[in-house]
Amino acid sequence: MVASALFIMDLKGKIIISRNFRGDVPMTVSETFSNHIQEREEMEQKPIFTVEGVTFVYVQYNNLILMSATKRNSNVALMLVYLYKLVDVFKDYFGELEEESIRDNFVIIYELLDETMDFGYPQTMESKILREYITQEGNRLEAAPRPPVALTNAVSWRSEGIKHRKNEIFLDVVEKLNLLESSNGTVLHSEIVGAVKMKSFLSGMPELKLGLNDKLLFESSGRSSGTKKAVELEDIKFHQCVRLARFENDRTISFIPPDGEFDLMTYRLTTHVKPLIWVEAVVEPHSHSRIEYMIKAKSQFKSRSIANNVEIIIPVPNDVDSPTFKASIGSVAYLPDQDAVVWSIKQFNGSQEYLMRAHFGLPSISAEDAREWKAPIQVKFEIPYFTVSGIQVRYLKIIEKSGYQALPWVRYITQNGDYQLRMT
Amino acid sequence: MAGRAVRAPGGSDSRFFTTTKKGETHELRQELNSPNRDKKKDAVKKVIANMTVGKDVAMLFTDVINCIQTENIELKKLVYLYLINYAKTQPELTLLAVNTFVKDANDPNPLIRALAVRTMGCIRVEKITEYLCEPLRKALRDDDPYVRKTAAVCVAKLYDINADLVEDQGFLQILRDLICDPNPTVVANAVAALSEIGDTSGRDVMEIDTSVLQKLLAALNECTEWGQVFILDSLAKYTPADGREAEGIIERVTPRLQHANSAVVMSAVKVVLTYLDSVTSVDTSRSFSRKLAPPLVTLLNSEPETQYVALRNINLIVQKRPGILESEIKVFFCKYNDPIYVKMEKLETIIRLVNDRNIDQVLLELKEYAQEVDVEFVRKAVRAIGRCAIKLERAAERCINVLLELIQTKVNYVLQEAVIVIKDIFRKYPNRYESIISALCENLDTLDEPEAKASIIWIIGEYAERIDNADEQLEHFLETFEEESAEVQLQLLTATVKLFLKQPEDTQDMVQRVLQLATEESDDPDLRDRGFVYWRLLSTNPEAAKAVVLSEKPNIADDTFTLEPAVLDMLIGQISTLSSIYYKPPEAFVMKQAPISRAEDEDLDDDDEDAEEYANEDGEDYEYDSNNADGLTGPSDTSNGSGAVDLLSMDDLSVNDAPAPAAAAAAAAAVPAAPGGGGIVDLFGGGAGAAAPPAAPVQKTVVCPAAQGGGLEILGAFVLRGGALFLDVDVNNRDAAPTQQLAVQLNKNTFGIVPAQQQIAFDQPLAPGASASYSLPMSLTPAMLAPPGSPVGAPVQTALKNMQTGAVLYFNIPVDGLSTMLPPAGPMGRDQFLAAWKSVDDSLEVSKEAQGLPFSGDVSAVTRKLQERNIYFVAGREAPGQQIVYYSFKLVQLHMLAEVTFPVGGSAAAPRLCIRSEAPPYAPLALQLLEAALRQ
Repeated sequence: MVASALFIMDLKGKIIISRNFRGDVPMTVSETFSNHIQEREEMEQKPIFTVEGVTFVYVQYNNLILMSATKRNSNVALMLVYLYKLVDVFKDYFGELEEESIRDNFVIIYELLDETMDFGYPQTMESKILREYITQEGNRLEAAPRPPVALTNAVSWRSEGIKHRKNEIFLDVVEKLNLLESSNGTVLHSEIVGAVKMKSFLSGMPELKLGLNDKLLFESSGRSSGTKKAVELEDIKFHQCVRLARFENDRTISFIPPDGEFDLMTYRLTTHVKPLIWVEAVVEPHSHSRIEYMIKAKSQFKSRSIANNVEIIIPVPNDVDSPTFKASIGSVAYLPDQDAVVWSIKQFNGSQEYLMRAHFGLPSISAEDAREWKAPIQVKFEIPYFTVSGIQVRYLKIIEKSGYQALPWVRYITQNGDYQLRMT
Repeated sequence: MAGRAVRAPGGSDSRFFTTTKKGETHELRQELNSPNRDKKKDAVKKVIANMTVGKDVAMLFTDVINCIQTENIELKKLVYLYLINYAKTQPELTLLAVNTFVKDANDPNPLIRALAVRTMGCIRVEKITEYLCEPLRKALRDDDPYVRKTAAVCVAKLYDINADLVEDQGFLQILRDLICDPNPTVVANAVAALSEIGDTSGRDVMEIDTSVLQKLLAALNECTEWGQVFILDSLAKYTPADGREAEGIIERVTPRLQHANSAVVMSAVKVVLTYLDSVTSVDTSRSFSRKLAPPLVTLLNSEPETQYVALRNINLIVQKRPGILESEIKVFFCKYNDPIYVKMEKLETIIRLVNDRNIDQVLLELKEYAQEVDVEFVRKAVRAIGRCAIKLERAAERCINVLLELIQTKVNYVLQEAVIVIKDIFRKYPNRYESIISALCENLDTLDEPEAKASIIWIIGEYAERIDNADEQLEHFLETFEEESAEVQLQLLTATVKLFLKQPEDTQDMVQRVLQLATEESDDPDLRDRGFVYWRLLSTNPEAAKAVVLSEKPNIADDTFTLEPAVLDMLIGQISTLSSIYYKPPEAFVMKQAPISRAEDEDLDDDDEDAEEYANEDGEDYEYDSNNADGLTGPSDTSNGSGAVDLLSMDDLSVNDAPAPAAAAAAAAAVPAAPGGGGIVDLFGGGAGAAAPPAAPVQKTVVCPAAQGGGLEILGAFVLRGGALFLDVDVNNRDAAPTQQLAVQLNKNTFGIVPAQQQIAFDQPLAPGASASYSLPMSLTPAMLAPPGSPVGAPVQTALKNMQTGAVLYFNIPVDGLSTMLPPAGPMGRDQFLAAWKSVDDSLEVSKEAQGLPFSGDVSAVTRKLQERNIYFVAGREAPGQQIVYYSFKLVQLHMLAEVTFPVGGSAAAPRLCIRSEAPPYAPLALQLLEAALRQ
């Protein structure tokens, strides 16, 4: 479960910064790595591979590659999660992670690497806590900082003595709808992936308890869910601040929150959902001359809700030209670099149906392979004040020993996730 | 770094990258020695910047080290960083820093204390380590948990540099004490350090007992997410005492399945699955495994790289417990924008989960994939349809229909792939779907890949009588015979011969031409040999040719579930590690970590290549290659391929086996005389065996001492009784728990021995302290023969699984060819011998000149000697200058026919030995046994 060394490099494989944690791999392995990823066809690219006894595990972020190498039978899941979290830490510190920001901050990056990983074992990756003793103004510190207590505490994500003038906490319930519809219109797979995101500005060490209309909770407490609709969450994942054993026991979500922004929990449920925005495409290709599209979009949610910023992305062949569009609402644009047409509708009311026609010319000599545009239609949208699952926050209790009153603010929103409708 | 301009003056570090002038080193040196603090610090930063971009700044070592005495923690960290990088190049000068380290390790600020200990451990210079011991010992007992957790990891660092030192200084015990530390982070790091030392040393240094277990489970709720992974991973290595304990641990671990960190979830899954084997109650077990499904499915919403790890592991999990994800097949349907490596794994999972209930949906899905853009993915989708057909007999026809639809698309690579899988379907379900042949034959011209061509040619040959113009079709392919690849040529040859046997009237010319091409024009030995075989068959005995060429073909099986149970169990214990990605035991790709000698080792290099080769494969190869470093060989026994090692183990086998001390001496004497690896006499028969009369009761040897066998001591030996082979075992239960059932598996071995019965089941549970004997029937099968070139006479690698505890024991059972494998079968009748001899094709005969074989000229003496070994005289005849004698014997149940040609009349030629057998794969082995018997 150990990483021998860590490299951050550009897409060509040139090292920007590196740290050898165990000294059992030569730093020249980065060349082996970059040769490998450059020579391999896309088909054979895997995020994990072994060359000459050294295993490389890597992720890509912006135009950077973060790679860690090992010589042992390491826990690769751990290595990967470390890399993602490292990206988060850097983003938190430098705003954005890119080649510039690394070079501008190489001293502090070395410090962070040493603090987040020791001898290949991940240590502390809570940037809130790291910030307390690794600061960008390090050069001004004559009175050297001491390790924050939280670093090794059971509550490793929050320091004591936090003060806010106004005690507030914001909850966003964000649901994403993953949907896959086959070309004959049946929904192959639909799944809701939700997240409860929090922004906490609470003083001291507050104890929080969150109540949801969780079906299993209602059942276990003997309450009938008759009056209120309860939701059966299939799988829930919690931020490390939530007491998992307690939840396992009586399904109470209790925690001491970190300060600031974090994802309290994510949940998933597979239910059959009607496509909230359903799109039908009728394509009439006349080979070597033109191709015509008739797109029908229908909103299948209550008429009092509104979907904002709807984008319907329809793939087209890569050699079309002279586009003309006619739409009953919104605007249409042809994006040649994506081989797609985007139909944008600012506000799409519930229970409505709109039409759009597109017409393209085709070159008289066209590429043989007409299969290129088999990509599915994608839809992007946001529906505020609405959750597909019907999940609701019933209460958020905040108890702090100083006894202050704090108000929770709750918002709901539903967005598209992986929302794909296959074309015929 | 020349190109980078100075950005925001003063603020950004990037300005340190900009020095490229000549005389830079000199300038830096001056700045490093400057009395101005800021100048000094900037100079160190410039040095580090140079180091970062890969410039060598080792020559500034003394100057940088001189900056070490500083109150500025940032500067100190930079100097330490420099030291870690360059200490190895200047070990002597590094000693200069020791004083500062020791001083810092006593600093009032815990951050500085920890920094000193952390850095010192990273300086891999032996001389430094001596000075590390005292500060480390202090740090391990420091008041501040931050220092203690850093010190815990430092013990692992020190072990990596100097293992003996760690043992001598008693650091291991201090680490074990830290497991009881009140601070959860310290516990987690101590666990991490102990597991690593355990891995490196191959010993159990953690010594988990009930109280430690409770400490670990308690820390699990409190420590950081990373610490949870360390603890879960070490829990997975622990074997629970009984079902109750296993259940208790699983209950404490399942809340972790709800953690947001995927690594925590996967390690928790590993612990649950590993312990589930010990849970006896079916209901409890089912309810636990039901809890695994939702978190596994959620992993598919994580980043693609994690999805890949999850999917590789899911493909193991569904083999072990197919029920868990049975009803979740839809979540494995590919998304258009999934990376290709995710799609390929999902496809694999789909095939594993497909059943009669969901096949229709799966087929629709696969058809969709078969029309995507990615050629490799499309191919794999088409293959998947074929695999579904072979797996689910009731759905085969629907699969074929989908394939036919795909063929209609006329997309070249789809078509080729479809032809290949249809061939497999024909093999699996003969005489059922041949009506579609005509549809296939319409597209002959577009096939250009060897495998597809070979497939269609096989189909034409196999079903020649149903294809109107089979001869024309083949003729068409024959035109380009010489340009084809070997695979296609071989198929063409066979198909033409098949066609000739079915329609001899009008294909005589054709077959002659092909045979000629194969035997005269080709350089490929396989093709030539096959050509000659056919030619001879056809010219001597067309009926025999028919029997051979048109014989019934063995059925092919669904290859979905291919991992052997023992291997699978081992891999389940490796979930989320690299081993679970490659489906290989760690020994197969990890260099043995020898802390003392880090030198390259040739054997190990081979392993690397294996690993690389594997990594290069396209993921389709989920089959476990049991030829190399099989899981059955056990953790300590992977690289023992060399002859020397086997001679050694034979040596102590002989001693153990010896009924009399004199024989042991003889055996010992024989060993040095044997030329490395080639000493057949020693490898078979063996000195000791030779002295023992064949009928003597076989003495069982301790093959697995109790310490190694998890409390079971096992004595075992192979024995022939009444012409059948048995594995006789005595099991002494030295464990605290009773045992009743043991599952047995053998690795491939010299004689191809396999257990005829998979389990040893005692009538009554074997109570602690009790012993029992068991005779397990064995048989021989060529499929289990060790691959050619493996050391001959090596002991049989055996795995035994205690079904009560789930523990798997690995050990070797010696097998002695001459004294145990040849039963007293009695001679074969002459006519019978002659018939049997003729029924074996000449090409399957093996022979050799036995150089230096002593022969007195007295055939009857030889015959007597052989008869003692149960090799019986059948007949003899004389020819000019030689005497030819025929013998028969049995290798367990297999008849062996031998011809020995002795030179007579002063001829200097060596005797020639020759074997024919009804089981040709065994002939070379029989030949060696015969030679060994003659040489005694």
